[in-house]
Amino acid sequence: MSLKNSLSSPVGKKLITGITGLGLVVFVLLHMIGNLSMFSGDDAYNEYAQLLASFGPLLYLMEAGLVVFFLFHIVNGIQIWVGSKKARRMGYDTYRSAGKPSQQTTSSRSMIVTGLVLGVFLVIHLASFKFGPGGPGNADPSYVTSVAGEEMRDLAKLVHHKFASPIYAFGYTFVMLLLVLHLRHGVWSAFQSLGAMRPSLTPIVYGLGALLGLAIGLGFIALPLAIYFNVI
Amino acid sequence: MAESMNIKLKVWRQAGPKAQGRFETYTVPDANPHMSFLELLDVLNEQLIKSGKDPIEFDHDCREGICGSCGVVVDGVAHGPQRRTACCQLHMRHYKDGDTIVVEPWRAEAFPIIKDLVVDRSAFDRIIAAGGFVSVNAGSAQDANCLPIAKTAADLAMDFAACIGCGACVAACPNASASLFTAAKISHLAMLPQGAPERKSRVTAMVNQMAEEGFGDCSNHAECEAVCPKGISISTIATMRREYFKAMLG
Repeated sequence: MSLKNSLSSPVGKKLITGITGLGLVVFVLLHMIGNLSMFSGDDAYNEYAQLLASFGPLLYLMEAGLVVFFLFHIVNGIQIWVGSKKARRMGYDTYRSAGKPSQQTTSSRSMIVTGLVLGVFLVIHLASFKFGPGGPGNADPSYVTSVAGEEMRDLAKLVHHKFASPIYAFGYTFVMLLLVLHLRHGVWSAFQSLGAMRPSLTPIVYGLGALLGLAIGLGFIALPLAIYFNVI
Repeated sequence: MAESMNIKLKVWRQAGPKAQGRFETYTVPDANPHMSFLELLDVLNEQLIKSGKDPIEFDHDCREGICGSCGVVVDGVAHGPQRRTACCQLHMRHYKDGDTIVVEPWRAEAFPIIKDLVVDRSAFDRIIAAGGFVSVNAGSAQDANCLPIAKTAADLAMDFAACIGCGACVAACPNASASLFTAAKISHLAMLPQGAPERKSRVTAMVNQMAEEGFGDCSNHAECEAVCPKGISISTIATMRREYFKAMLG
């Protein structure tokens, strides 16, 4: 059997979704920790952004990898959802979960919705920040600053500006709460998809996965709320 | 405990595979707590036959919870509210006088409705036929212990072999996936030396057949484990995935 056929099989799709999902968890975790540098001051945040930009070709390679991970994760997720709709065209009049040991929750049932919202958010987020004023292809002298004699993009100014708006601050907060929901099912599910699970581990990995999701979500939410309420 | 119960049933009626189905509501005035759920349907069918109506078709055989023939969705849960029980072993003592029970067939495109509550589960047979067997002629029974199998492997294989092929996993799965059924057979045979030589071709063929039959993909809701009358763990699905990855690597 060819690799393409293997990867498009029911197990192959889970392999791709699981690996890309875990990769993206590592990405959002690092991104969240990076964001927290703003609590050490705008200069620290700008220096961190400058450090990433200084990676040059390595950064492009990482970004290309992220694009591939996002695309495979999204396409597989949509395929699985479409397949489930095709597999049961007529639903039940009455349906409920039988309870434990089922892991069926609002999180698990809403993966397609939370995932699609996060996908749309990603585009807006990149347009607002990465490709926003002072970003690649969008030079803007008012978003340039100098830290310790080095000239760099004033990303902190843009972040302050954006999160002063209630739509940005609370919209971002809402989407990050959806990320918490997505990760609550997603982290555990990825390990199960990769076959790395046995019954005794399930509650531990599910619990730790949900906690990790919560920590990532709260870490992200801290910045817009702190800016909106003038804490930093 | 009241000896006589008045039970209302809202049952899916469908004259044939292509016919338009609908819910019909019936009342069984003389149900009692000692009846099984299927006996309740028997009593209702006698009522229907006496009044010149078509009885409700439903699958059943042993009525001891071991054959896997019966299976309907009772109030939104495959096999009903009692854990690790096929609906033939669900008893009316779990209900009270005046209750209404909603009864529906397994709903999945891969399990087309034949009539009323009876669905065609031959898709499961075709998944088994794709590789859920041992090809070598094993001959007559060997001496015990001449083929050493670790106790843990034997126990696990037995847990997976407990699958009765009822289809509740598919019925309960939000995606109508047959992963638990398929994985149980793959894992059962992979645990044992008799099944080991064909494990790679088996997992590939059975997983492909599962997809071909039109079952959905698994999203790890684990609802299948919660409704399985044999309590088969979704760890078997993790095992199937490991088996598949090994087969992919050649």
